[in-house]
Amino acid sequence: MNAGKRNFLERKGLFLYLGGGALLTLVLIFIVTPIISLFLRITPEEFLSSLSSPVVWNALTLSLITASLSTLVIILIGTPVAWINARHRYPGREIVDTLIDLPLVLPPTVAGLALLMAFGRMGLIGNFFYQFGISIAFTTLAVLIAQVFVSLPFYIRQARASFEQLDTMYENAARTLGSTAVPTFVTIILPLVKTGLIAGAIMSFARALGEFGATIMFAGNFQGRTQTMPLAIYTAMQGDLIASITLSVILILISFIVIALVKLKLKGDA
Amino acid sequence: MKFLNLTALLMAAVLLAALIVAGCTTGPSQPAATPTPTAVQQKELTVFAAASLTGVVTEIAHDYELLHPGVKVVTNFDGSQALRTQIEQGAYADVFLSANTKHMNALRDKGLMENASIGLFVKNKLAVITPASNPANIHTLQNLSNPGVRLVIGTKDVPVGDYARQILTKMANDTAYGPSYQQAVLKNVISEETTVTAVVAKVQLGEADAGIVYESDITPENRNKFMIIAIPDKFNVIAEYPAGIVKDSRNKDEASRFIDYLKSDPGRATLVKFGFAMP
Repeated sequence: MNAGKRNFLERKGLFLYLGGGALLTLVLIFIVTPIISLFLRITPEEFLSSLSSPVVWNALTLSLITASLSTLVIILIGTPVAWINARHRYPGREIVDTLIDLPLVLPPTVAGLALLMAFGRMGLIGNFFYQFGISIAFTTLAVLIAQVFVSLPFYIRQARASFEQLDTMYENAARTLGSTAVPTFVTIILPLVKTGLIAGAIMSFARALGEFGATIMFAGNFQGRTQTMPLAIYTAMQGDLIASITLSVILILISFIVIALVKLKLKGDA
Repeated sequence: MKFLNLTALLMAAVLLAALIVAGCTTGPSQPAATPTPTAVQQKELTVFAAASLTGVVTEIAHDYELLHPGVKVVTNFDGSQALRTQIEQGAYADVFLSANTKHMNALRDKGLMENASIGLFVKNKLAVITPASNPANIHTLQNLSNPGVRLVIGTKDVPVGDYARQILTKMANDTAYGPSYQQAVLKNVISEETTVTAVVAKVQLGEADAGIVYESDITPENRNKFMIIAIPDKFNVIAEYPAGIVKDSRNKDEASRFIDYLKSDPGRATLVKFGFAMP
């Protein structure tokens, strides 16, 4: 294949090199320029002094805590669900699969309104809890619910794909040797698909960290309680632009680390 | 060989980047593109208006279009602080209608407004609203400090949130309420919204027990969805709405005519109909 490609390139010569190079360059400029522009609008001193402001600090800690917790919930719920859908045929499996993917394509504002209609105190589920004096909307729990709702499919898709790629001979061998289902899953299967699951979890974490639309509609905007980094960036942009840029720079750095981790993990998997 | 291909590709990329950068630096020597007149002789007037003006300015824009055939009024409603940021960052607007003087003055001080055009055109007051079902049993301003009340106000930057804080500070300085009242009320805030319309929505949905909004947010259409608790004049804040022409406007005559219409009898009649007061 490599030889064929080389021949093709040699024939078409310089023209193709320039065309490919131009395309790469444009894509690079398009992606890198806005990011660099953010870094250029803030001095290191401004960044550091802004870092200690309560808005930035509260948003950063709240975001890291909620995104970590929601990722944990996603792993606990998503792993068995992905396994079931990868290995077991049951009537309606395709429908279940499609529904799980729905939040992927749903606009986040729609997700936010839908969550409010379900978990708000006038909502289908929220009203039940409200009878016992429990409010869900506009609490940190609501932030968590919104994050799980939008990022669960990222994990389940990746996990299911990992399980499907795994040859059934491993579990069959374990079972013939007398191991029961749960120990087989934990001691044999999970270690084999570990890298794929971690990659999925990292993607979910990144999506949860960036969640905005559903959160602001369903959890509201309150510093220290529901104002995550994206909400703080949006709010601060209308008052304290430096705080807004500081948070954006932090999010970019985190996102960059996340992508790097996923690439490394997937490389290790291959 | 593969390595060689990659290097060649990268070199081409770098070369092109250099060319593009060079192209960019020589770019500005060309005269800036002049606005081309539209094929149809239709003028667009872009009005940036505070979210609290959503209903009234939509109607006024419609009336204005009927009176001035060939003019299309394009509106953009958001919190005044958000509109100010948009104008600062280069968004095109002909007219800016702000819900407080602070954001208008900020634009004026940056040289982004036609100074002579700025003037108050309407006033507003604030009120407390609860859902019609009044789930938290709020009947007085004092009740807002009851533990567990779910209160929604604006952020400190949106005018309605700024005014709400001013009112609470006034009440804190009054012996009947005191600083502990202000603290208790602020502790009850469950969300800070960036527009007054979002505050109204949360109360109307019944998700908030109370909200601090403008009197003009209570319209004949939605009046039966709320309970209203008036804020006495000695604590209330008079919200002053200035109008002005944006410096970069390409339709200053039309913009000026629009602002004149806001201040004319028919314009004022519409404003009053929506619960605003005259300056």
